[in-house]
Amino acid sequence: MGTMADQLICDCRKRFPSGFTLDAALRIPGDVPVTVLFGPSGSGKSTLLRAIAGLEPMDRAAIHFRGREWTQLPPQQRRAGFLFQDYALFPHLTVAGNVAYAATPESARRAMDAFGISALAAQRPRTLSGGQQQRVALARAIAASPDLLLLDEPLSALDAPARARMRQDLRSLLLASAVPAIVVTHDRTEAIALGDWIAVMIGGRIRQSGPVQDVFRRPSDPEVAASVGVENVLPGEVAGRGGGLLTVRANGTLIQCVDSGETGAVFVCIRAEDVGISREADHSSLRNRIAATIRAVLPEGPLARVELDCGFTLAALVTAQSASELRLRPGDAVSAIIKTTSVHLVSHAGAGGYHR
Amino acid sequence: MDWQAIFLSLKLAAATTAILLALGVPLAWWLATSTRRWKFVLEAVVALPLVLPPTVLGFYVLLALGPRSPIGALYLRLTGGTLPFSFAGLLIGSVLYSLPFTVQPVAASFAALDRRLIEASWCLGVSRAATFRRVVLPLARPGIATGAILSFAHTLGEFGVVLMVGGNIPGITRTASISIYDQVQALDYASAGATSLFLLLFSFLVLVLTYSLQRRAWAPWPTN
Repeated sequence: MGTMADQLICDCRKRFPSGFTLDAALRIPGDVPVTVLFGPSGSGKSTLLRAIAGLEPMDRAAIHFRGREWTQLPPQQRRAGFLFQDYALFPHLTVAGNVAYAATPESARRAMDAFGISALAAQRPRTLSGGQQQRVALARAIAASPDLLLLDEPLSALDAPARARMRQDLRSLLLASAVPAIVVTHDRTEAIALGDWIAVMIGGRIRQSGPVQDVFRRPSDPEVAASVGVENVLPGEVAGRGGGLLTVRANGTLIQCVDSGETGAVFVCIRAEDVGISREADHSSLRNRIAATIRAVLPEGPLARVELDCGFTLAALVTAQSASELRLRPGDAVSAIIKTTSVHLVSHAGAGGYHR
Repeated sequence: MDWQAIFLSLKLAAATTAILLALGVPLAWWLATSTRRWKFVLEAVVALPLVLPPTVLGFYVLLALGPRSPIGALYLRLTGGTLPFSFAGLLIGSVLYSLPFTVQPVAASFAALDRRLIEASWCLGVSRAATFRRVVLPLARPGIATGAILSFAHTLGEFGVVLMVGGNIPGITRTASISIYDQVQALDYASAGATSLFLLLFSFLVLVLTYSLQRRAWAPWPTN
């Protein structure tokens, strides 16, 4: 997949005394705004991020960013802003002192304005909330005009309500900064909300990478499928609302779901087990009914995975019993049934999904 | 009261502290951050003056500084004088004797620093030296102040090393503690008492000042 236009090519290998081996080959295409490095904890994501920043010595490494060799460069010369999990603000400096630490007064002031923290200028980091600290850390990194931003679990230090709010803000802030970013997370919703491109890391290796919706829709192997949770993830656009319901247009199909306030570009997430299959007419207003053709039926023990073609690929997980009762066979015309309460929307500011 | 001896002691303590800060801070940084396997050997060497009888330390310093030793010979060639029984010799002995009092608190404050603050600075493009100056030193200031004060107070009160290396030459090597000893030997309890009281009050004042300064240095951190 590596092409000349890749912004980042990173091949890193390190064997740890514990026996864990990091052996990661990461390629990010040149025009990807936000990449998510996704995987369970202990999979080596943070270590890889630190290797890209030049903070973690590797046994063997080859790192190129925008055609420039980074492998031998110290962190100072890579110009990769690093956002630590707990933000690592300098406790002896004020907010203004932190942002201006490695920036010109002019770019520090601009970053403070852009991140809405000018009012906090004279405060010490310890007096700030988690969300404010994150903004200061981000402003400090951006003010130093980096070529790449590296964010290690940026939302994990926040409490749950703040995390949901910052998830959307963070993507807008990253897009507004116009600096490509790599975000490490183990949270699926975060990955979908923040990323354009996703690299799935399991056991120290990059197992699959691609546009977010592709990786979620077509995991390359069962382990990746288990870690991404086999979701149907479709880029869509809010098309209308009324009566407590929201209508989303995804791949030309209108899908209704419960209105929880989203607008604009979204990702439509539907778990495979929430997709039912029917051969009969059913006009309940609480259900979406999408005409589909069966592409494949794959038995999975007591369950059967049914791949549907609705103009886009939709995965359904039904019991083996109902699959045989309905006599589901490839080529059959059926209806995919999805409850409005089973459609989960994740706001996705900016472009509605990344396509190569 | 032997003002000459008190003045000499203060001068010796100030000079020793200044040299110890210049030597001890880099040494403490190395001890706090190095991953060398034989680091513990140097840690033991630095801590040695804590357990060694001052007379033993003084004896070896005396041998090492003598005109027949390489150090002593070099000093003789450069300055035309000898190190034993001189202020310079006294200074070398004092620096060695108080080394752990500087290095240990400073190294402890370096080790307690959040490593990510240093890495954050590097990633912002700031050099290692500038990071040390702008992040490490300000955050380790309480530890450095403690090390400086302890070294100063420790030098002020030293006796054994001074006696072995410096002897008892008024105005050159007769420090306050030697002077007190002399006065007691001469049964001049009044003078000994006055000098002792001065040292006691001075030491107390220095420590009170240190602790109050440290509290203020930590003020940006809320107490809750």
